[in-house]
Amino acid sequence: MNCRSEVLEVSLESRQVDEAMLALLHTILLHRSTGKFHYKKEGTYSIGTVGSQDTDCDYIDFSFVRVSSEELDRAMRKSVGEFKDALCNSGSDGVGQISLEFYQKKKSRWPFSDECIPWEVWSIKVNVVSLANEQERQICREKVGEKLGEKVINIVEVINRHEYLPKMPTQSEVDNVFDTSLKDVQPYLYKITYQITDSLGTSVSTTMRRLIKDTLAL
Amino acid sequence: MDSDLSPQDKKDLDKFIKFFALKTVQVIVQARLGEKICTRSSSSPTGADWFNLAIKDIPEVTHEAKKALAGQLPGIGRSMCVEISLKTSEGDSMELETWCLDMNEKCDKDIKVSYTVYNRLSLLLKSLLAITRVTPAYKLSRKQGHDYVILYRIYFGEVQLTGLGEGFQTVRVGLVGTPVGTITLSCAYRTNLAFMSSRQFERTAPIMGIIIDHFVDRPFANMGHMHPCNYRTADEDEGVTYPGVEDSQEVCTTSFSTSPPSQMVIPGKEGGVPQAPVQPSHGTPADHGRMPTCTPSSMARHIPATPSSSREEAETLSQSSEAKSNSPPDILETTFTRKVGAFVNKPANQVTTACLDLPFAAFAPKNFDMEENDLMVNPPDSPVVESPLQGSLHSDDSTGSSGPLQDDFVMVDFKPAFSKDDLLPIDLGTFYREFQNPPQLSSLSIDVSAQSMAEDLDTLPVKLALYEQKIDEFDAFVETLQ
Repeated sequence: MNCRSEVLEVSLESRQVDEAMLALLHTILLHRSTGKFHYKKEGTYSIGTVGSQDTDCDYIDFSFVRVSSEELDRAMRKSVGEFKDALCNSGSDGVGQISLEFYQKKKSRWPFSDECIPWEVWSIKVNVVSLANEQERQICREKVGEKLGEKVINIVEVINRHEYLPKMPTQSEVDNVFDTSLKDVQPYLYKITYQITDSLGTSVSTTMRRLIKDTLAL
Repeated sequence: MDSDLSPQDKKDLDKFIKFFALKTVQVIVQARLGEKICTRSSSSPTGADWFNLAIKDIPEVTHEAKKALAGQLPGIGRSMCVEISLKTSEGDSMELETWCLDMNEKCDKDIKVSYTVYNRLSLLLKSLLAITRVTPAYKLSRKQGHDYVILYRIYFGEVQLTGLGEGFQTVRVGLVGTPVGTITLSCAYRTNLAFMSSRQFERTAPIMGIIIDHFVDRPFANMGHMHPCNYRTADEDEGVTYPGVEDSQEVCTTSFSTSPPSQMVIPGKEGGVPQAPVQPSHGTPADHGRMPTCTPSSMARHIPATPSSSREEAETLSQSSEAKSNSPPDILETTFTRKVGAFVNKPANQVTTACLDLPFAAFAPKNFDMEENDLMVNPPDSPVVESPLQGSLHSDDSTGSSGPLQDDFVMVDFKPAFSKDDLLPIDLGTFYREFQNPPQLSSLSIDVSAQSMAEDLDTLPVKLALYEQKIDEFDAFVETLQ
């Protein structure tokens, strides 16, 4: 099975990075989260309700809808915060990429750890620009807002192609498909990684190091 | 592979499509209310949340949607459309977007109705939530209230896009294949907002009296079936389909001010009956606790939670001046067409002092020509503070020198600044002129300074000798400073 990969690109100011990333990641997660499953006898299950919440951006002329889950929002903010810090502190010219990967776990026999097989990867390429004056910033606010709107339309278009989605799991398999750790919603299993391109153009890949570490950890 | 739909599946599919249509309308209208929507996630399924999404049901909207559908379902050739338009306070309207739910003939016979179709419809609703925040009408709807309102209209049948102007854009929200056809949801939105930019919304104060409920009862014949994008909370709505007209006749003031407001002519339901609120004079809001104080923005978004109580406040104000005997006369009239401020010279033809609630009305000029009677120019020698208990002010008493009208009032010898006095015959003009051109300081005049310099030079050697004697003292002093 091939992993579906989508790339979105945005250019923005450093103070807009957090909100722009949250807007796009939350839009994707809104579509990739369900209510909590409650398994009953006879192999049937019922699904909880997902609430939604409007969020206004402070530095961008944009509003987006996210899943009403504080836990999920906190997790997103933490990842986005780390990405933004890395982007601004790396000494690079402000080019980086954050990826949201949905995966399924495949149980392996001991001594090998479970395999994580991605089935959808969203990559957002970020290019940070610096602006000279307030007028440019105001224009940037509006332009980035419009750009994010276009990205949301792109995301919705991809999702509504109704391509591969993992099968609904049985009770024993649910943790291989969904993240059941949250108490109010259940997103598909996901992980967020990022990489920053330094000024020489070589990619300082923190994810590679992490992947190697994970594979070696038995 | 059974190509025919089982009766149970057909029944389920029809139910799904019906509730999907109703939820679609709810999402669209709620996204144009002008406020942020927030619903809670719930891990325990209640069974009442269609498509596993928490979407509130506004009763009026459901009612309108069901009325438009009239028992039918969106199908091939039968689209359900939600039209969003903007209406300004001047009565101009403009279509902003049209959302279409329709079906085409492409069938997916193999798809599972109760599972896959249901989940995909849920996904489509989530996409609708996202896309409704992205079209230009969203930003406009968030700012509605002062100059314009957003209205919606639901209709069934053929899509009408001519009102969107030239160059309208289309965005497809998504599609879901079913055994009877493919459900598609899309939006066509206006890009040419030239009508908006040519209008200059220069109002600094909110439009007094722009009443959202105007549109509910459709006083304007050409509005068709337009409805405002506003609602009351569910608790208040029980058993009420539409708010009554009487409840809507309230006007809010945002602040108390000492300066008069601009002319307030309220487009009442009958097209001209003014129902202006009365602003209390000179900032005594604390005493007028009954004045309605809701802001126009909240009024526009939804009817205030307690319309009936604020109606009472607007219509009648008690003569609270009875409580204050020495303060300036408070509001005595409840309605009037134009308010003239104190100290305004322009004659108000319609208004006489008899029906003005001016503070210090005794000093207001009644007649522009008769300046000699103008109290600001010729203050009376001993003016009298008129008793507010007198009721309406009499213009004949403007000189104010008729003496105390009631014995228990003390005559105050009132000497305003710069008033004419025997001791100091100076008037404002003279005072001003004098202080505009003050005499020069003596120390700055050249003759005097030249004289003093010569004297200084003579005494210099003597002073120097004295300082040399006391040099030790000076050094000690300097050391203490360091």
